[in-house]
Amino acid sequence: MNIWLQIGMAVTLVIMLVFMYPAAKHWMENSPKAEKGDWQAAIIPLALVASFVALLVLLVKS
Amino acid sequence: MNNAFEQAVSRSSQQTFATNKVIKNTYMLLSATLIFSGVMAMLSLYLAVPVWTYTVSVIIAMLLGMFVLPRTQDSGAGIGVIFAITGLMGFGLGAVLSIYLQLPNGPQTVALALGGTGVIFLGLSGYALSSRRDFSFMGGFIFAGMMVLLVAMLANIFLHIPALQLAIAAGFILLMSGFILFQTSQMVHGGETNYINATYGLYLSIFNIFISLLQILGIFGDE
Repeated sequence: MNIWLQIGMAVTLVIMLVFMYPAAKHWMENSPKAEKGDWQAAIIPLALVASFVALLVLLVKS
Repeated sequence: MNNAFEQAVSRSSQQTFATNKVIKNTYMLLSATLIFSGVMAMLSLYLAVPVWTYTVSVIIAMLLGMFVLPRTQDSGAGIGVIFAITGLMGFGLGAVLSIYLQLPNGPQTVALALGGTGVIFLGLSGYALSSRRDFSFMGGFIFAGMMVLLVAMLANIFLHIPALQLAIAAGFILLMSGFILFQTSQMVHGGETNYINATYGLYLSIFNIFISLLQILGIFGDE
């Protein structure tokens, strides 16, 4: 990648970080506490996504 | 007493109507932006644009998303801005796709990434909509994860470490999957009332999952 494009991308990412920081801080401080079973309900579909991606990787390798 | 009950029922039904309207408008706008993005990708494939088009398009789209969209999201102009953003990203995507399509097994990789993205998005959205579970407890985790991934991306722009690129791609797939659950439940539970904003979030998730899958399948397919 051209050095100017790299610098442009880096500057944009820094601006994005600065923009995202207040929202991130808000959610980290004010997220509702997970109740019993909440994390399990989120982790199961995410584990299924990870398994599905692993299956796709096996498909391209075969 | 009876009057208070009727008022509560009326308020509840109004809220349900507003929520359903946001969900319906979001998925309609998302479908339209995805189609437009696909058309723009085909246009850039046809024009055989150079690969730097991708970086330039993403930079302009990100700047539009940060500076213009928040000012227009409550008006009709927001629709034009969201189409400009998604059209630009689609146009940039065409430049990346042209590289993959020239490689051996490239069309297969692109088709798998496209199909895989569709399955992941539809599966997670369907799950969040049908379970009606509130995933807002994931907000802190998702935003903290995004900050970490952005810093890693920033470092890898200059470091060019393939293993880090692979880790970032895998991280993005998991984080964007979590974001789909989070954003959909926000729409269902009234946390997100602006369908343009909701569409932007879901579109970015789909785009990032597709690009990350393309990278992972490309690396493991020895491309």
